[in-house]
Amino acid sequence: MKARIKVTLKNGVLDPQGKAIEGALGALGFSGVESVRQGKYIEVELAEKDRAKAAAAIDEMCKKLLANTVIENYAVELDEK
Amino acid sequence: MKSAVVVFPGSNRERDMLYALELITGVKPHAVWHTERELPDVDLVVLPGGFSYGDYLRTGAIAARGNIMPAVAKAADKGVRVLGVCNGFQILCEAGLLPGVLMRNAGLKFVCRHVKLEVANADTDFTRKYTRGQIWNCPVAHGDGNYFTDDETLARLEGEGRVGLRYAAGTNPNGSLNDIAGILNERGNVFGLMPHPENMIEPLNGATDGRALFESVLEAVA
Repeated sequence: MKARIKVTLKNGVLDPQGKAIEGALGALGFSGVESVRQGKYIEVELAEKDRAKAAAAIDEMCKKLLANTVIENYAVELDEK
Repeated sequence: MKSAVVVFPGSNRERDMLYALELITGVKPHAVWHTERELPDVDLVVLPGGFSYGDYLRTGAIAARGNIMPAVAKAADKGVRVLGVCNGFQILCEAGLLPGVLMRNAGLKFVCRHVKLEVANADTDFTRKYTRGQIWNCPVAHGDGNYFTDDETLARLEGEGRVGLRYAAGTNPNGSLNDIAGILNERGNVFGLMPHPENMIEPLNGATDGRALFESVLEAVA
């Protein structure tokens, strides 16, 4: 089982890196960019075959380490290999 | 006063901290490697500055889940004073011993210079040798010192006098909410700050204003 995890900043949390990327896109002449938010993408390979158990384990991993829920949201997709 | 400094892979200010503690307390502090599961019997535990685990994932995130951290939490729970400086502050936040999080500096640049700190509360175990409103110089050296928390927690910190130090008006180097430089836990025995008081302790540093922070703890535990 493979988990694809997206960690993104919550709305309202300032994202200086996203802002810098936004500025750089503007400087390159890309018009119409309304905003840029930067996040993280993490892949975790699991030995677990049971989908529900895998989902529960990944959720725990996200809460305990992969995301800081003070400022970040996470979304998980599970793929059976 | 007996003290211990926890050392993580990537800590780099532990020697400055060990030196400062020995100089000011007159007792040689313990250096505790992060793989240990127990702390020596001490009055103060310090998490020093540095770049533990290369700041991978988030600053302090991996160190905060290290073997030694349950012992640090247990000591804090027993009332032992815990001080986190710079990366140590980030680790305390990631470990849940302090609320909130230190985010990337608003200006995106690593800031390494002296700042002016204002004592927001001089009635704490870490600031009692200062006076309220006192402004002193202290070095900072960080890329992620931008303190952030939700509105409710911020209001609680302010209402309960748990902001110990602020960057003096107009000198905030990192975009930190309410110019916060250092905060306390609810009980007042855990303090985290981004600046480096351990580098402001003898005339060679230009001034000795950082000493009072350590002397405050010394007095508090006496």
